[in-house]
Amino acid sequence: MLTTPPIAATITAQGTRPHRPNAACTLTLTPLHSVTRPPLPRLFRSAIAGLALAFALTGAPLHAQAETLLNVSYDPTRELYEDIDKAFADWWTAQGNPAPSLQASHGGSGSQARAVIEGLDAQVVTLALSADIDKIAQTGKLAADWQNKLPHNSSPYTSTIVFLVRHGNPKGIKDWGDLVQDGVEVVTPNPKTSGGARWNYLAAWAWAEKNGKDPKEFVKALYGHVPVLDKGARDSTTTFTQREIGDVLLAWENEAFLAQKELGADKLDIVVPSISVLAEPPVAVVDANIHNEDQKKLAEAYLNFLYTPEAQAIIFKDFYRGWDTSKADPTDVARFPKLELVDIAHFGGWDKVQKDHFADGGVFDQIYTVK
Amino acid sequence: MRAVVKAPYLQRSPMPGFGLSAGITLTMLSLVVLLPIAALLVKGAVAGPLALIATVNTPRTWAALFLSFRLALFAALFNLVFGVLLAWVLVRYRFPFRKLLDAAVDLPFALPTAVAGIALTALYAPNGPFGSIAKEMGFKIAYTQWGILIALIFVGLPFVTRTVQPVIEEIEREVEEASATLGAHRAYTIRKVILPMLAPAALTGFALALARAVGEYGSVIFIAGNIPFKSEIAPLLIVIKLEEFNDAGAAAIGIAMLILSFGMLLVINAVQVHSRRRMGHV
Repeated sequence: MLTTPPIAATITAQGTRPHRPNAACTLTLTPLHSVTRPPLPRLFRSAIAGLALAFALTGAPLHAQAETLLNVSYDPTRELYEDIDKAFADWWTAQGNPAPSLQASHGGSGSQARAVIEGLDAQVVTLALSADIDKIAQTGKLAADWQNKLPHNSSPYTSTIVFLVRHGNPKGIKDWGDLVQDGVEVVTPNPKTSGGARWNYLAAWAWAEKNGKDPKEFVKALYGHVPVLDKGARDSTTTFTQREIGDVLLAWENEAFLAQKELGADKLDIVVPSISVLAEPPVAVVDANIHNEDQKKLAEAYLNFLYTPEAQAIIFKDFYRGWDTSKADPTDVARFPKLELVDIAHFGGWDKVQKDHFADGGVFDQIYTVK
Repeated sequence: MRAVVKAPYLQRSPMPGFGLSAGITLTMLSLVVLLPIAALLVKGAVAGPLALIATVNTPRTWAALFLSFRLALFAALFNLVFGVLLAWVLVRYRFPFRKLLDAAVDLPFALPTAVAGIALTALYAPNGPFGSIAKEMGFKIAYTQWGILIALIFVGLPFVTRTVQPVIEEIEREVEEASATLGAHRAYTIRKVILPMLAPAALTGFALALARAVGEYGSVIFIAGNIPFKSEIAPLLIVIKLEEFNDAGAAAIGIAMLILSFGMLLVINAVQVHSRRRMGHV
């Protein structure tokens, strides 16, 4: 149906010639729309003006200042780096340097690596897996041989995976085999999103191998006992301790000690399995994000500081297994039980493990099938 | 009078300022909305349609997509009914703390979704106040699909209420009185007079709540158990793909969700146009 819109008088008064003979149809359907369109070149010019204005509003990016350091780390190291940063700032100023501005960011190891790859301005990374730093190195932000630059494969501390159970261990959990008993619920994060969870998975795999079981069947059975797959190690700790879900938490040793300290030894027990993994969380300077000489010095000093006896003492205090016990409190050192540990080389290195187990369609994807 | 108006395709508007305002609008819209979506599509195009289909066409991805859209639909339907009811109560009745309740409706917008998720989990976990009641009755809420549903209802609630509220305020009581004097029962008045007036706004709210629920990640992630095939939402699969450094896979699921959402919103729009037409000119 065609009607004459009242605005037509104005149009003809302006005297613009029609460009399309059948424009009347458009006009009748949406009258205001058609008549308010200015000529394209004008629209284009205005758009540029709008663009300029929009950019003027967002402002120029702030220039990075010297003597700042962003440490991008993984989930359970919050407490550790809080303590380290305090000690380092004191030590650094005592050397006659101006007080540094130290910042830390924590999250799942994989997502932290991704953030750095996508441009997070981190001067140092301290992640859960060397594979995650390798991913950053692949973009050229640091040298491929980064792991040779600092002692102990660039790992100033190691950790392992232990079991955290309810007080008194009501389900009688002693080793990996007990986790797949009827009625036992196991809390562990998703290995796809959590570095620690990959260690959990590998530790279970190592136990099955050693005890003559089919490792794939064993991990499949194990994950059948998992009621909640959280995104990161800290989330799983919360699910286990605050929500009281599950009978066993597969946890970083430091996380287990920390949870026990926070909640009291009368709530939670630590169970050490017969075999576990030697996790070596590495550290590295991200060369591409170093903006000047001063910052370079600061970043290198920061990582080297982690290997000093003072820092190692803090590392032991915060429940990580350090290397240098010379200044550490003997009770901090003594609480670490001795157990059989297998390292990543046992599984063929991260490249292979990543490809076989955790990549798209890998073993971990295969153990979840339609029920 | 019928006449064919010969109007030019492009014409100077009698209203000044269109060029500049359109320029700013388009620029902002591009920066904030169009560019990210274009980037997503480019990522998908680089991988190629076959690779995209191969990624999406796995039982696990379908299960997650089906779960996300199904629960989002249920949550939006729930919000449609109770959001309209809530708006009605807030507008039509006077009671103590009404203003406070009115303000509280917006809280799901204001609260960070992670906070909402953690709070809901604390309440509905088996050791929480509501969760423990459910546990005694023999079922679980948190870490199951029920938990996801509750989180989605929470984040979507304000949409329906806030779109319907002004419409209810505009309805004049005389209309209902006229209906009554003409002999209509209350139920008949509601069905034939009130609801048709509310329908377009309620549908808009429904569409918004649905769209919000489909993409919701922050609050759901804490209360869902995230177990594949049981309680894994599609947005989590996207995050998992990203953490595998599999950008194309993430883009594939993103595009699948985009297409499904777009289709749903299109259907809702069609229903809306239909209901508007039935109503005459509202």
